[in-house]
Amino acid sequence: MFSNEQTLQIAKLARLRLSDEEVELYGNQLGSILGYVEKLQELDTENVPELQHAAQLQNVFRDDVVNQCSEESRKRALDNFSNREGDLLKVQAVFENRTE
Amino acid sequence: MDTKDMTIKEMKDCLASGELTSCEIVSQALDRIKESNDELNSFLSVSDSALEEATAIDKRRAAGEDLGLLAGIPVAIKDNMLVKGWEVTAGSQILEGHIGAYDATVVQRLKAAGAILIGRTNMDEFAMGSSNENSHYGPTKNPWDKTRVPGGSSGGSAVAVAAGFVSAALGSDTGGSVRQPAALCGVVGLKPTYGRVSRSGLISLASSLDQVGTLTRSVEDAALMLQVIEGKDPMDSTSAELSQVTIPELIEKDLKGMKLGLPKEYFLEGMDPEVKRSVMEAVENLERMGATIKEVSLPHTQYALAAYYIIQPSEASSNLGRFDGLRYGYHSGGENLLDTYERTRGEGFGAEVKRRIMLGSYTLSAGYCDAYYKKALKVRTLIKRDFDEVFKDVDALITPTTPSVAWPLGEKFNDPLTMYLSDIYTVTANLAMVPAMSVPCGFVNNLPVGLQIFAPAFDEYTLFKVGSVYQSKTDWHKRCP
Repeated sequence: MFSNEQTLQIAKLARLRLSDEEVELYGNQLGSILGYVEKLQELDTENVPELQHAAQLQNVFRDDVVNQCSEESRKRALDNFSNREGDLLKVQAVFENRTE
Repeated sequence: MDTKDMTIKEMKDCLASGELTSCEIVSQALDRIKESNDELNSFLSVSDSALEEATAIDKRRAAGEDLGLLAGIPVAIKDNMLVKGWEVTAGSQILEGHIGAYDATVVQRLKAAGAILIGRTNMDEFAMGSSNENSHYGPTKNPWDKTRVPGGSSGGSAVAVAAGFVSAALGSDTGGSVRQPAALCGVVGLKPTYGRVSRSGLISLASSLDQVGTLTRSVEDAALMLQVIEGKDPMDSTSAELSQVTIPELIEKDLKGMKLGLPKEYFLEGMDPEVKRSVMEAVENLERMGATIKEVSLPHTQYALAAYYIIQPSEASSNLGRFDGLRYGYHSGGENLLDTYERTRGEGFGAEVKRRIMLGSYTLSAGYCDAYYKKALKVRTLIKRDFDEVFKDVDALITPTTPSVAWPLGEKFNDPLTMYLSDIYTVTANLAMVPAMSVPCGFVNNLPVGLQIFAPAFDEYTLFKVGSVYQSKTDWHKRCP
């Protein structure tokens, strides 16, 4: 079980705003799920490699040329923007203005 | 002619002989959806151009044109695959109103084969769930008993086939999301080998586990669907170059010479004894069909679910980082950018998605990554080795698909860990990247039971062989709710 502080810290990592009830609920639920997955620690995996690449492929390359998507797809992608100016995605400032 | 319980193969034969037109098949499907979808909630929307497309196919057929493998056959699409111009939500509020900008590769291939895309099916939000109760658009009901879950996360697709709306649907399977609802709804669910089918245009859950699969009534139809959607795709670098791109026609009459393994770890405590009885009857049947049965062991099975519920949320937490309220979907503006992210995601995602994103963020975070995520990747290696070892000895494995039949709506909804346990027999195929298929094998209290078959990587033919011989001598798959 997580303390409310820990749960809020994880929510911050996950970029989620939670209500007070959610903090309480998820703290308990995450605790019980982590309690279950704890059983992996019983296994000795000292010399076992991690299974990293599901497709067991390496370095899938293609020629460095631009393959333009269709104008229709481009237009549809732009139409899905929440806020735009012309064809540009409009977002809030990423860096704060500093006056010093 | 009533097309309600027909297979693709039967529809194709009727189309070829002129007994049916695609227009008739499609309009019957639309009528059935209109009549029964309100109570089942299988479809989120239906296509408004399906009849027009069917008419076009009928004209081409009449003109004697060479048509594709699925010409004029209606197919349902799970709502996490992009169809150009269709809304696609992945069952989430955060994508409400999002319009697909292009066709997923599997959708392109269905269209090229002449399939009529009939509508998009309901699902657990972002494919996270085992009951379809996590959809923002309301739960789907099991047609065998409308007070019970259909399974998930491809529950809408499984119900679309089980209820006789369509003969085929696409689903996606990350830990059992095609096979488990197939089992609970009494249809065939195929998860191909990782890499056999392109994931381009499938909304990602966990990229090392996700695979597009099919829901059909017969094994023969599953082979046909796979033949259409499989193959290398430059848009998915993990899609494999296949030595054998098409599945040869299924002509096997029996299973003589085949060795089937029963992994003892899949028949332990926690399983409904009636489910076990159905599966063991099926095993006796397979033996009568000529197969040799042998008990085998996959010793790390008991760790699979724990490894899965670390790896999958970890990958999901990363993949779902793209839902920031800016480029697409739901947007809730805050005082600054961080505030906008947190509001958008806190309001836009449902409870199960938030739980898994938090779980994954934790298991990947500094200080915990080695103990959880990296440990789970090592255990995944051990699980894969179990399969490599056992397939040196047997041709395929036979297990139950799920530990129980469909349960009442709401029963496990507030207890995530208990819900996760319903995936216990299916997650291993995704972790080990092998193909697996669920085939109907009986009923318990008038609710369907699924038999799961596993085969070595890229050996789907063995799944089809075992499954089609089984279906040629049994009639479980012909029963309809």
